[in-house]
Amino acid sequence: MDFGPYLMLASLEGAVMAAVLALTAVGLSLVFGVMRVVNVAHGEFFMLGAVLAWWIASHVGGPPALGFVAALILAPLAVGALAALADITILRRVDYDPERTIVATIGILYILQQVTLMTYGPEARPVEPPFNSRLALPWLEWGDTGLQMYWPWGLSTTSYKLFVIVAAVVVLLGVWALMSRTRIGLLMRATQLDRDMALAFGIPVERVYATVFGLGGALAALGAVLIVPIQQAHYLMGGDPLLLSFIVVIIGGLGSLPGTVVAAILIGLSDGIISVFFSPMLAKIFATLLVALVLVFRPQGLFGVKPR
Amino acid sequence: MSDSTKTVILHGGLLALLFLLQFLLPAYHHGNLARIMVLATFAMGYNVMFGYTGLLSLGHALFFAAGMYGMGLAMQYAGAGPVLAMSAGLVASIVVALVVGLLALRTAGVGFMIVTLMFAQAGYLIILYYGAWTRGDEGLVMPQALRMLGAIDFSQPGPRYFAALGLFATGFLLTLWMMRSPFGKVLIAIRENEERARMLGYDVFRYKLAAVVISGTLCGLAGAAYGLLFGYVGATFASVQYSIFPLLWVLLGGAGTVIGPLIGTLFMFYLIDLSSAVTSAYMLVAGVVLVLLTLFAPQGLAGELRARVWRGLP
Amino acid sequence: MSLLSTRGLSRSFAGLRAVHEVDFDLPKGEVRALIGPNGAGKTTFVSLLCGRILPTSGQVFFDGRDISALPAHRRIGLGMAYTFQITSVFSRLSAYENVALAARRRVHGRAEVDRVVMRALEQAGLHDRPDQPAGDLSYGHQRLLEIAMGLAQAPRLLILDEPTQGLSDGEVAAFKALIRGLKDSTTILLIEHNMSVVMETADRVTVLNFGEILAEGTPAEIHANAQVQAAYLGTG
Repeated sequence: MDFGPYLMLASLEGAVMAAVLALTAVGLSLVFGVMRVVNVAHGEFFMLGAVLAWWIASHVGGPPALGFVAALILAPLAVGALAALADITILRRVDYDPERTIVATIGILYILQQVTLMTYGPEARPVEPPFNSRLALPWLEWGDTGLQMYWPWGLSTTSYKLFVIVAAVVVLLGVWALMSRTRIGLLMRATQLDRDMALAFGIPVERVYATVFGLGGALAALGAVLIVPIQQAHYLMGGDPLLLSFIVVIIGGLGSLPGTVVAAILIGLSDGIISVFFSPMLAKIFATLLVALVLVFRPQGLFGVKPR
Repeated sequence: MSDSTKTVILHGGLLALLFLLQFLLPAYHHGNLARIMVLATFAMGYNVMFGYTGLLSLGHALFFAAGMYGMGLAMQYAGAGPVLAMSAGLVASIVVALVVGLLALRTAGVGFMIVTLMFAQAGYLIILYYGAWTRGDEGLVMPQALRMLGAIDFSQPGPRYFAALGLFATGFLLTLWMMRSPFGKVLIAIRENEERARMLGYDVFRYKLAAVVISGTLCGLAGAAYGLLFGYVGATFASVQYSIFPLLWVLLGGAGTVIGPLIGTLFMFYLIDLSSAVTSAYMLVAGVVLVLLTLFAPQGLAGELRARVWRGLP
Repeated sequence: MSLLSTRGLSRSFAGLRAVHEVDFDLPKGEVRALIGPNGAGKTTFVSLLCGRILPTSGQVFFDGRDISALPAHRRIGLGMAYTFQITSVFSRLSAYENVALAARRRVHGRAEVDRVVMRALEQAGLHDRPDQPAGDLSYGHQRLLEIAMGLAQAPRLLILDEPTQGLSDGEVAAFKALIRGLKDSTTILLIEHNMSVVMETADRVTVLNFGEILAEGTPAEIHANAQVQAAYLGTG
């Protein structure tokens, strides 16, 4: 394959990655933005979403689409409820102290991961996609007779991958509408601006926090349900999404949702492209160092505005 | 009895007990205790930053691994003996701690936690990336012929225990002395109220940098000693898990106490040892303990002792 | 000769001018009170002096030397001391150790530190409780501990940010006596709300309003100044 089509293929793979990453990272960013805490267990909510998707899909009979749709609805709900429960029973009791919250969520990380290992086991299991037709893609090139369209061998994607991208866009628009157009969104933004003032105005801050933490977990789970027909569910799969979400949230400017989405697209696309051309390990090394250096030298994020 | 006398009796007594235990313990626990003492040194190094200076790092595996690989690579590829290899580990950990400190200390709080986590992650990935030299997860087995200092063979239980005790005692007495010295009081002051310490005229950045370097060096020495005494150097020791462990040990034992790290390491080691006999999901124990500690005993075991029995516990 | 002066010192936060173009001179040996309504910029102004925050523009001179670029700890090293408005002690260290941390910047050796610490504690009236953890002291005693820390530094310029806030009448009286006793050795800049303290201790008074100097003069002059009265009553 020539370079052009190859790049296009890499970009498409990157776009799928970016879509799932945007969902996961927006969940983390929401939690950080509103609650000012870092949830280290976020990757495990992602993992639980994938594992639950497998469990639900394998218990629902009928065509694969039915099981998948059931998983798409139920898994995020279940994970969201679990996250809200963790907030109420643990985070609320350490009073959202930033450092103690991190330590507590490290504990939650291990609990979720290890309980999954004990129940679901160490195997990696796939979920069948609801539809998965191969779509060959055309490429344009100047030839002897002017602009020609041809179908390079190997340049293709699947209908499911395109669905993932569309679904992520729809969900992100939904989150945006929720934050900007609804009462609960208003409460969240008010709490984010000034927790004490929100309390003084009678906003049920504790319920807002539980909702936000639940929503954050649910978004991670949703991202995982979408990816699990492409990647398999495994009890250790939470590490990479956690790391990448951190990278995205930090580069996008801590707690800024538009910044997070832009950074997710950037990181997802470049990771897809870089790992096609270079060693993925090297890409990861650069990405982690980049995050550290951004935090050191530009803590407001690459796209953030310095608070003054 | 004055505080100083009590301090001497408690800490001297503990070292004497550890010395005597080598003659009393059955082989299995003898080996475990040697391992625990090296890991407790790692925890004591962590404690200098977290417990005394109030800097919560999530990346101390990097320092442990820097010492371990500095030692291991020198032994494996340069044929260095124990003294030279340990020196290589020492230098590696000092350099890494200095670089990490200079960069990471420009941030604070959550930023500091994430920056240290990311540096450690990058270190882990670099070890995997240079798999041709480090053999990645599989790791390197140290040649036994080089683990000899004259006639002393560090692969034998006796010398191994003795070396571990020596390392532990060094770290233990160093922390004890440091935290009773004016320098240590400044570190504690920074933990209690950084802005106030600055407004007393202390160059807070330099003190924190010193804390990072002392902490990183002690952890690096522990890593180097671990590789030397147990004959194995592997990427697992650079993974996130080994950044979480010292935090767990110190939290459990009691942050900001001299004996806390040993207590925490001892408890956690046997807790994980016992549970790994029952299930492969033994890290569940670590998770549960972390959550319970943050909820119910943020001061840890020695911290509770300090609050309830003896307020002067250093 | 001025120990401390500022020229065109300004600081704004998000467009809000907290301190604006302040030219200020404090002669050696004087006790100066800094007063003004809430939000007048008093704490911001003294924070600019000792380097806790950096100015948007302008300069600070200490003993004839431009110290605008020096970080806080270096300014303290030159002989400034600053006590915080909000009680700010090392709560898990003993009262003794709190003061010793202040003393060790200046004196060395265990015996010498001990002498300085015990004297500072005594001056502040805390000599009977050196071993008590600072966090266990009453609020008033914590304020006094702050002052003891300032004294142990034996500064050339002592900046006190609302030192008598929350003190009992007896403690306020002792504080006035303490300031009068320090007069000969130390230049003092005092942010104070308690007018009896201002009237009885200050040589001169500077009034800050909306980040600018509104008036300056002896306590009696300031007391009689119509502009100052208007600022405090909010009709100006």
